[in-house]
Amino acid sequence: MALLEVRGLVKHFLGVTAVDRVDLAVEPGELVSLIGPNGSGKTTLFNCVTGYLAADGGQVLFRGHDLTSAPPHRVARLGVARTFQQVSVFPRLSALENLLVFLQQHQEEHLLARLVRTRRVRRLEAEAIERARRLLDLVGLAAKADAAAGSLSYGQRKLLAFAAALMPDPELLLLDEPAAAVNPTMINQMKDHILALHREGRTVVLVEHNMDVVMDISQRVVVLDHGQKIAEGPPEAIRRDPRVIEAYFGR
Amino acid sequence: MAADGALLELREVVAGYEEVEVLRGVSLAVRAGEIVCIIGANGAGKSTLLRTVFGMLQPRDGTIRFAGEEIGGRPPTEVLKRSLGYVPQGRCNFPAMSVEENLEMGAYLRRDARVRDDIEAVLTRFPMLGARRRDPAGTLSGGQQQILEMAIALLLHPRLLMVDEPSLGLDPRMVEIVFDTILTINREGATILMVEQNARKALSVSHRGFVLELGRNRFEGTGQELLDNDDVRRHYLGG
Repeated sequence: MALLEVRGLVKHFLGVTAVDRVDLAVEPGELVSLIGPNGSGKTTLFNCVTGYLAADGGQVLFRGHDLTSAPPHRVARLGVARTFQQVSVFPRLSALENLLVFLQQHQEEHLLARLVRTRRVRRLEAEAIERARRLLDLVGLAAKADAAAGSLSYGQRKLLAFAAALMPDPELLLLDEPAAAVNPTMINQMKDHILALHREGRTVVLVEHNMDVVMDISQRVVVLDHGQKIAEGPPEAIRRDPRVIEAYFGR
Repeated sequence: MAADGALLELREVVAGYEEVEVLRGVSLAVRAGEIVCIIGANGAGKSTLLRTVFGMLQPRDGTIRFAGEEIGGRPPTEVLKRSLGYVPQGRCNFPAMSVEENLEMGAYLRRDARVRDDIEAVLTRFPMLGARRRDPAGTLSGGQQQILEMAIALLLHPRLLMVDEPSLGLDPRMVEIVFDTILTINREGATILMVEQNARKALSVSHRGFVLELGRNRFEGTGQELLDNDDVRRHYLGG
């Protein structure tokens, strides 16, 4: 059974069909990229899958459960994490605290257990801090752990948001242009990490315009144009597909 | 560094936000007619450098000369009046206003009678804007908004145009259009100072490039020299 299954998804905005009957099935452990011109519906599809937008038609299934129009927090609790193109961080919290906040949203620890700070809670906290530091190191922000997130550059916030999405160790990770505004050498590290997650069995769906990333790491590429799926296949086939060249690559 | 003929020259500029010092003594010269690109890791100070030149930040030390005149610490309106344009990172300022209204807002500094003609010329020159002139700018695609911001900057006929990550979030075709536009603007006489993470592409169209690291100069050279430099490739261009 597919981990994520989107069936005939439709989303309209003021008379424009942003997503037009899109079918998409992602198997457990798959690394799939979603590409297409600006405005082709990629982010809207993510928004419908993660509950940030209500679909006007079709279905979203995660592990066979119907998640169509479920609220974002419920989708997140089930193990779906995502990043956003327009990054948002808590500017007054430190980089490290930003990651810990993300984790807390997903912990279902009993309130009483937290209040009395049982040994288990303290151990979980220590582990979370350890994990957050590792992730900051991964994105080159170790030296910025205690700096206010608001003092970071746009690109650094982007990297912080990427690390935050990894905090809860999600089963399905939806990444919306993680490489945009990121230095090419750091993009390589990001790429290696996404591949490492993939080897650990995590499922990743990537929206990205950086073709070095998409073609290097994807098992399968899905192409949207004007809200419709126009092609789907392994990277080499997509690169040569005349419809994709026409709609997306140009020249 | 040869200061002769520099349109923009920064010497040992120090700047930052509150307690954070981002630029720690950056020097850089841009000669009239050049396309110069600044690259570097995230947080190296690239965007801060442009903001400081544009007067959004007060330099704490050092000098910033534009066309021979010290402009360090002058407010953005004063800088704009000297024909120094700036297209910030991200998207358009007035998403609810139409494309045309955005252009009118952008030209508010101009008092001459030819503004109307120039707006029409810009809408003709960028057909993707002309076709959407009455639409709210926020409904344009990311690439179209980037072109709109450059079009607004062009209305002030800048001698120097500073552009922060023009290719951010754009699909491959739009990236080509944006870089072609920058080349055209340059051929028409404007000097360009840009910050880009799409560093290979940017260096390939630039006359010269600077690499910043932790708020300091690290390397400089022609676009090709930087593309061929092993250290630059490994640390800043992804190998």
